[in-house]
Amino acid sequence: MAEAETVEAMEAEAPERTFGEVVLKMDSIEVGFGGVKAIDNVSFEVRRGEILAIIGPNGAGKSSMLNCINGFYKPRSGSITFKGKTMKAMDPHYAAANGIARTFQNIALFRGMSTLDNLMTGRVLKMKKNFLWQCLYWGPAQKEEIENRAHVEKVIDFLDIQAIRRTPVGRLPYGLQKRVELGRALAMEPDILLLDEPMAGMNVEEKQDMSRFVLDLNEEFGTTIVLIEHDMGVVMDISDRVVVLDYGRKIADGTPDEVRANKNVIDAYLGVPHED
Amino acid sequence: MFYREAGIFKTSYAADQALFRIPIDKLFVIGLIAFAFIVIPLVGNEYWLGSILIPTLILSIAALGLNILTGYCGQLSLGTGAFMAAGAFMAYKLATNMEGMPIILVILLGGVSSAAIGVAFGLPSLRIKGFYLAVTTLAAQFFLLWLFQKVPWFVNYSMSGVPTAPPREAFGYLVTGAEASSTARYIFVLGFTVVLGLLASNLVRGRIGRMWMAIRDMDIAAELIGIKPLQTKLSAFAVSSFYCGVAGALWSFCYINTVEASAFDINRSFTVLFMVIIGGLGSILGAFLGAFFIFLLPIFLNSAPAWIGLSIASETIAHVEFMVFGALIVFFLIVEPAGLARLWGITKEKLRLWPFPY
Repeated sequence: MAEAETVEAMEAEAPERTFGEVVLKMDSIEVGFGGVKAIDNVSFEVRRGEILAIIGPNGAGKSSMLNCINGFYKPRSGSITFKGKTMKAMDPHYAAANGIARTFQNIALFRGMSTLDNLMTGRVLKMKKNFLWQCLYWGPAQKEEIENRAHVEKVIDFLDIQAIRRTPVGRLPYGLQKRVELGRALAMEPDILLLDEPMAGMNVEEKQDMSRFVLDLNEEFGTTIVLIEHDMGVVMDISDRVVVLDYGRKIADGTPDEVRANKNVIDAYLGVPHED
Repeated sequence: MFYREAGIFKTSYAADQALFRIPIDKLFVIGLIAFAFIVIPLVGNEYWLGSILIPTLILSIAALGLNILTGYCGQLSLGTGAFMAAGAFMAYKLATNMEGMPIILVILLGGVSSAAIGVAFGLPSLRIKGFYLAVTTLAAQFFLLWLFQKVPWFVNYSMSGVPTAPPREAFGYLVTGAEASSTARYIFVLGFTVVLGLLASNLVRGRIGRMWMAIRDMDIAAELIGIKPLQTKLSAFAVSSFYCGVAGALWSFCYINTVEASAFDINRSFTVLFMVIIGGLGSILGAFLGAFFIFLLPIFLNSAPAWIGLSIASETIAHVEFMVFGALIVFFLIVEPAGLARLWGITKEKLRLWPFPY
């Protein structure tokens, strides 16, 4: 595989990446629905500033894992340690207020609202002015709107979506919707960004754009990223570490190279490359 | 459009987020309000002011309220009539038991009590959605009306059970009750409509409006962004019921001049719901368009044959009116399910490019 070799060569040239402390620790998480165990005793850690990929075949429990991280699912057992605080399960509001944002596998935008409003909705927790000020849309409430608007405009610039500011998102093409959804998560100024298949259904160009956004925001803003993705080329290229799930269990955890060489992973998911 | 956005550039976020982003829009609305306040009372007669404009404006307020709940927050409600009744009866109790209380405060407090009742009946919305929620609000409709009819305390033990609205003054003019001039009542109602309309448009373009719409469009994503579903839905119920309560109080005090539960039956709820649907869900303009359309169209249909010189028996007119009205509603829903406000938006968009659409 010539392509893989060039990638490795490029990686060798790149400076060594260093990561901060463990910001999120999932410990012996178990999630089940009735008699089905979706996640069975999985533990892993997320370090500040890294890009962690979770991969695995369909139904391996990847999305369930993200749902546990931001509190949409409550694990049956196990614990979550986030920023030094250990809890049995995450609360969605707590997660959002403390810097966990996510995008969804099936786009979950607010379809009736414009791009700008979608992004502004990402800022609701940053806005505190009370109801009466909002009725008047004047004084402190207006000041707050403008401050948050300024931040949202930075995100709009970053993602290059200025032209669709006022377009209702329901009318946008798929690729742009994915981008707006990323924007909404970024508007929350997250410490950890959970991306559920950010490149699903995209063409090569859109995938390149999206990969570039992910890498840029990791480098520029130091955002920690946990992503689920099926495109192995993308995963192996951009992630610092890969966790592999299969049937709800963790079968590997390591750098892309280690994972790629792991026999269990090859058997369960990657398969053997064709002779060509 | 004859006036265009072309050449209008915003240099600050404040200007870009203004209520009216195009100066002419702003002038037009100010002009319309001035016209409604100054010219209409001068040229309008008793019939137009008292029997057409006052009820239409009051129903616009109710439609605004329901639009906030159903159009912006996505919670279907059939209890509008009941919340209006709550406002009317509470305002009546306040006005009669505290003689000196200013009438504006009385009506606002009527709205506040209605808001409290709305929150109580909104509690099930955390668990149930759509048609099922509509059924629980239907329970509010029947229960509250039954309560107001059966408990004589609400009507101060009046013998007839249908007390008249007490006459009250605002700014030195008699504005409520049968003796008040229709001009004074009209201006009083119009004042409420304008202020509540502006407040509603401010609410829906700010943080709380976005929270409502987020819950409406994708409640799971909204929750994971940090929006608390229960509080957000209840706030929509509260604001919506407040608007309905104010509308109900005005209906009793400034329009029918009696406080009676039968004025707020299920038909009232449906009328307001139709206004919201025809006008446009999730649009402030739509609430007004819908109210005027639904209220004025039957009157127009009724008098149109006479204008063009046809003499038809009044029963026939009544039947034809129903048929045409029903057909028009179906027609509008097929042509533009998103309502008149959307139709207006599309027209504007087309005119922007007209006559060169590409």
